[in-house]
Amino acid sequence: MAREEAAELGVRPGDEAPLAPPHSPMGVALRRLLRKRIASVALAFILLFYAVGLLAPVLGWLNVIPSYSDQDLEQALKGPSLSHPFGTDRLGRDQLSRVIWASQTTVVVTLATLFTGGLVLAVGLGLISGYVGGWVDTAIMRVGDVFASLPGILMLLLINATLKEQVRGLAEDFESLSGIGGIVRSGAPDYILIFGALSLFGWVGGARVIRSQILALRATEFILAARSLGASTPRILFRHLLPNVSNIIIVSLSAGLASIAGSEIVLTWFGVGIQPPRPSFGALIFDASGLRTINAHLYLLAFPGGVVAALFFAFNLLGDALTDVFTPRAR
Amino acid sequence: MDSSLVSYLLRRLLWVPLILFVVSFVTFALARFGPGDPVSVAAGQFRDPEVLDRIRHARGLDKPFYEQYWIYVKNAARGDLGESYRYKDRKVTEVIFPAIWRSFQLNSVALVITLGLGIPLGVFAARRQGTWADPASIGSFLLIQSIPGLILVPFLLLAFALKLGWLPASGWPRDCSVAIGLLGESYKCIGIAHTYYEIPISWRFLVPVDFAIPVIGMSREVMIPIIALSLPAVASWARYTRAFTLGVLREDYVRTARAKGVSETTVMTRHVLRNALLPLSTLVAFAMVGLLEGSFFVETLTGIPGVGRLAFESIGSRDYDMIMAITLLGSSSFVLASIFIDVAYTFIDPRIRYGA
Repeated sequence: MAREEAAELGVRPGDEAPLAPPHSPMGVALRRLLRKRIASVALAFILLFYAVGLLAPVLGWLNVIPSYSDQDLEQALKGPSLSHPFGTDRLGRDQLSRVIWASQTTVVVTLATLFTGGLVLAVGLGLISGYVGGWVDTAIMRVGDVFASLPGILMLLLINATLKEQVRGLAEDFESLSGIGGIVRSGAPDYILIFGALSLFGWVGGARVIRSQILALRATEFILAARSLGASTPRILFRHLLPNVSNIIIVSLSAGLASIAGSEIVLTWFGVGIQPPRPSFGALIFDASGLRTINAHLYLLAFPGGVVAALFFAFNLLGDALTDVFTPRAR
Repeated sequence: MDSSLVSYLLRRLLWVPLILFVVSFVTFALARFGPGDPVSVAAGQFRDPEVLDRIRHARGLDKPFYEQYWIYVKNAARGDLGESYRYKDRKVTEVIFPAIWRSFQLNSVALVITLGLGIPLGVFAARRQGTWADPASIGSFLLIQSIPGLILVPFLLLAFALKLGWLPASGWPRDCSVAIGLLGESYKCIGIAHTYYEIPISWRFLVPVDFAIPVIGMSREVMIPIIALSLPAVASWARYTRAFTLGVLREDYVRTARAKGVSETTVMTRHVLRNALLPLSTLVAFAMVGLLEGSFFVETLTGIPGVGRLAFESIGSRDYDMIMAITLLGSSSFVLASIFIDVAYTFIDPRIRYGA
């Protein structure tokens, strides 16, 4: 407590004991407090981003934002103004609504990948691999090794560049068979291909971490007790093991979100992701990055780029805070 | 090296051919079944269907898929990785190795900067824990890390090439003079180092003769790509180093060392850093992978004729053999590097053993 008083009097902890380990309780408490506040701001920003992205059609329907595809060539390449807060692109389309619809792309891709790759593949395979063991474990982990040793971004580029037509063709067949229209026009095959490929390559890390935890938990008494009481394997997996690794799942999923969002942006930037006219941050950034464009119309890059950087910053801050909260020994 | 390590090494190495088989088969199938066709790309304007068929026959593209794959594997085993469709009449290896060498040079400079700045910055932040300097520096590292390269490069170009005019916006130095004797003629003139420095006019009073001294310097063309590659990496290395240093600073042996009066510099270098850098040594491999992934768009944006740009362009033009070669070289070096790290770990830290 003397140290707290010293800190209040303006004496820095380093002044009194130059060789002491440099963490004062005051500093730690302050940092923890700050960290929590920053993390809550980050979380609020992420929630806002996801809400705006999901509500993009509602905002368009309520005429809050103009359509992302309405061209007005007379208004092309105008800087930020009251009617177009983020300016207009070279076809006179409102950049703000394009940014909002691009957020929707990010939201859809991250959530879909999180669910398929993060929850179903990573958690499911990690649980099974760790608990069942034996040849099942070996098979899953070896397949994971192969995926982990592939050069990720190259394979993602290749898959998206080559399988696009096939997936579109499948979707067309599905449309004509089922009579449901508009699947291809909505761009759904692009989304499916992207999150499918990202899930396929994204599950290995999470599955390995979860497996190693399950291996340790499998040998504990409470699992033995559950098994001797006659609990079924699914019950042990989902009621006993899953809750005990949920903290690891949350940390690894939150760390994965930024990289999923980043991969979609990179793929679309390279022209193999979401196809125009559907907006994506990758396409917005690509269109705005020409040397002449950044020199004359920097706002075209600054607004979408700023939103993306802010989102990634928020993801990173939240991920750090979550790691701190869930792995207390890191303090 | 004891026998358990040898058997561990053998077991790991046995997996390599299988992994390469899967990788090559998947890549081969993806490239072959995708839309488009390298022959129409290679033919360019000349689109006589008969000629195209003749080229397809000459390249063996009219054979069944499995036969094509078998021919490729047989040739690759003999070291023949095929011919490029895009770069006419050039072997894949003739195009790919200079490109890898260019990317290697860029990435090694970026790696040196990453480690040279990132580790000291991380130690600095760890030593200032509890003061404003620690959260401030960690916050700015995190912010720098959050800016995607796709956005960072255009802003660097805007600042340094367009507004300030200090650096060229794109290109690769023509006047390089790093000749690698072993590699032969075609590998000349792909270096990033200027080896001769002309004495400026204002310094001629010291050196009266017209005289050039050999120095190692960097070409201005590669400055922006190197900044773009290393800036986010410096930030993440600073964060890793800080985290691991903080862990070690709390250890009893650090307190003991301080208590017995060892100087702070010695404590930091001998006791703290050595132990903190141990887990970081594996991250060097990941740093290299990260830099390579960064080179994809950094090279594309700044006009560096490296392997990242080559890969992207090869996928675009369906240059089958080039795609295969890049994927195979990439994954085999990645697999071998990860095995090397696991083995090197046992030498760095004798406590680690790989049992059966």
